[in-house]
Amino acid sequence: MTAVELLRIEGVTKAYPGVVANSDVSFTIHEGEVHALLGENGAGKSTLVKMIYGLVKPDQGRMTWQGAPYAPAKPSAARASGVAMVFQHFSLFEALNVAENVALGMETPPPMRELAAKIRAVSEHYGLPLDPARMVGDLSAGERQRVEIIRCLLQSPKLLIMDEPTSVLTPQEVDILFRTLRQLKEAGTSILYISHKLEEIRALCDEATILRRGKVVGSCTPRDATAREMAEMMVGATITPPERRVGEKGPVALGVSDLSVASPIPFGTSLKSVSFTVAKGEVLGIAGVAGNGQDELLLALSGEIRTEGDRVRIHSQPVGDLGPVERRRAGLVAAPEERLGHAAAPNMSLTENAFLSGVVRQGLASSGFIDWGKTENFAKSIIETFDVRTPGTHVAARALSGGNLQKFVVGRELLQDPEVIVINQPTWGVDAAAAASIRQAILDRAAAGAAVVVISQDLDELLEISDSFAALNEGRLTRPRPVEGLTIDEIGLMMGGAHGMEVAHHVG
Amino acid sequence: MFGGIDPSLLIASLMMASVPILLAALGELVVEKAGVLNLGVEGMMIMGAICGFITAVETGSPMLGFLGGAVGGAALSLLFAVLTQVMQANQVASGLALTLFGIGFSSLLGQSYVGIKPPHLGAVPFGPLADIPFFGKVLFGHDLFVYLSIAAVAAIWAFLKYARGGLILRAVGESHDAAHALGYKVVRIRVLAIAFGGAMAGLGGAYLSLIRVPQWVDGITAGAGWIALAIVVFASWRPWRALLGAWLFGGITVLQLNLQAAQAGIPVEYLSMSPYVITILVLVLMSSGRGKTALNAPACLGQNFHAAR
Repeated sequence: MTAVELLRIEGVTKAYPGVVANSDVSFTIHEGEVHALLGENGAGKSTLVKMIYGLVKPDQGRMTWQGAPYAPAKPSAARASGVAMVFQHFSLFEALNVAENVALGMETPPPMRELAAKIRAVSEHYGLPLDPARMVGDLSAGERQRVEIIRCLLQSPKLLIMDEPTSVLTPQEVDILFRTLRQLKEAGTSILYISHKLEEIRALCDEATILRRGKVVGSCTPRDATAREMAEMMVGATITPPERRVGEKGPVALGVSDLSVASPIPFGTSLKSVSFTVAKGEVLGIAGVAGNGQDELLLALSGEIRTEGDRVRIHSQPVGDLGPVERRRAGLVAAPEERLGHAAAPNMSLTENAFLSGVVRQGLASSGFIDWGKTENFAKSIIETFDVRTPGTHVAARALSGGNLQKFVVGRELLQDPEVIVINQPTWGVDAAAAASIRQAILDRAAAGAAVVVISQDLDELLEISDSFAALNEGRLTRPRPVEGLTIDEIGLMMGGAHGMEVAHHVG
Repeated sequence: MFGGIDPSLLIASLMMASVPILLAALGELVVEKAGVLNLGVEGMMIMGAICGFITAVETGSPMLGFLGGAVGGAALSLLFAVLTQVMQANQVASGLALTLFGIGFSSLLGQSYVGIKPPHLGAVPFGPLADIPFFGKVLFGHDLFVYLSIAAVAAIWAFLKYARGGLILRAVGESHDAAHALGYKVVRIRVLAIAFGGAMAGLGGAYLSLIRVPQWVDGITAGAGWIALAIVVFASWRPWRALLGAWLFGGITVLQLNLQAAQAGIPVEYLSMSPYVITILVLVLMSSGRGKTALNAPACLGQNFHAAR
């Protein structure tokens, strides 16, 4: 490398009570380099970048910025040095407009009218169209990320930190983002890119540092390594892709016919005469870009939205007019996308959360009293089976990292010996090893005779585990087709809204 | 005239009656915009009332009295700030405790001040302007704090809308996590907002004991702090609407007294209930439909902030 060193990190250590988040971490970022930081959930990536951004102080070790010692006491000091950060959970204010949000992230913002003009100029230069006067609450996830990126770019940073930037984006938005990042790299900006999507890292990054349990376990040049090799370094074990057992399809376990419901979610998408059936042992994958009715479909299947009885049937029994508890009793479990607040009660312990969903099928209550011993055991078995990293079952759900909580809430449903499983985004924000084990668990349930509906925006995931495939588009579901023999072109047409065998007309 | 009620007098006394609740509501509005729900307005007002009264009587200066009231209210609010911002106590419970504590403590402080007359603060001398028929009485016959309270509405409106400080304050109330991630001192900003709210409530209380009543009696605020809280919601966190709300609530109080004096056929109780009925109606209308954004409520209102690692 002939490039100049921008940031050198040497022997950085940070410990919290009970956890060592980073231990003796060292790596170097050069100017104009896209550097990947790879690691499983809880490997200490976030703590590390928070230290670079001045949100957390290291216990030991030192950082050198362009040859001079660097120890930002607060984010504004880091920003003054030329470090900017795009957060995983956006640090945006929904009730404020784009320009105000940008102003809040700047040290000395210009007057609003000038700032708005600047935002327009920068957003056009980088191909990220954005209207400064719009309320952030009305923007899509991709547009929100643009606000964050433009906020960073307006300060012409030397180092841009991106924490899992693509986890909320559609494939098209990812393309736009990558184009922008390459443009920035050309202009000499270094980028520290955190992700566990290995293909992305291979496509974008020059160098990679791999973290495991707070320690650097290796580094590589992503272009020369395979995704498999990097994943194994990251996990420290060999990953086995889920195994698919081809079995005979059983009788239909879940039937949905002509299901139309209005969306209870503000700005949501209503379902329009959705029909499908899933047989015992079958996995139906439902694809689609976010906001095309996925949440509504989950609500209608889980029982949170009720319809006429025979719209939804389990084992040919009408359940459409039953609530979630009765549907659980009938054998259907559901895991929604939103982990905190929908799948889990944030301030309640894991034991209590295990009870909330498991009470019916696991018999955790008798004559109105909670059987805490049994509940505790159920929670423990989820934690063991799905390798949830937590100090114990007494921990509040919100204290778990996103990936760990995801393992817990998915595991909680899968362990209830269900006959019908509905999951929205089973591996969202989960690292490669855990994602593989969740997918394996889903397939195992299917092999044991459960009918499974997986709603996901990850096409690879769907193609890996599904037997049949359908796509949601503006609340309409395409006719499910067997995955075998399906081409990418056909999938694209299905997702683009061509229903069944109709010819697609793309209006420009 | 309407049943023997002089409209110019009615409007003039309405403006005066609304000053304490307007000041307290403006303070609470700023506090809530920063994401803190301080239900102790009543307690801070009554502390301001007694502290202002004592200062004014002891020094003989009504202006120093108002200063003392502001300090008294702010001091009590800092207790709330320590409880909720430092020790992470529940805001609703702490606010209610603040009210109960303030009422008791003020009564203790005021024992030897019952029946004393405070120094008088006269109307602002507008000279000939005050002699204009009708408008003279309505616009130019008031004491300084009537004008100051309206100026405060404009100042707070401009601060929240145009100043960088106001933007940061709103940001903290909107999402304390995001504000923290950007490096803003959430706790410090909130403590400052709470102290400001306490000072404004204290001013409102001092206005009651020094000008409106003017003497010290136990429980002098008589629910004015709760009305101020209702006004903030009624105004959907907008300063000019808070002025409107204060005049509406103040006006109904005055009207009720006048109607009683004029022996009108409407039972007084209906009138004293009506502001609250209107508040409930406004709440229902605003929260139906477009939800929180339409209501303009700060998203983090009442939530404690704890810096995660």
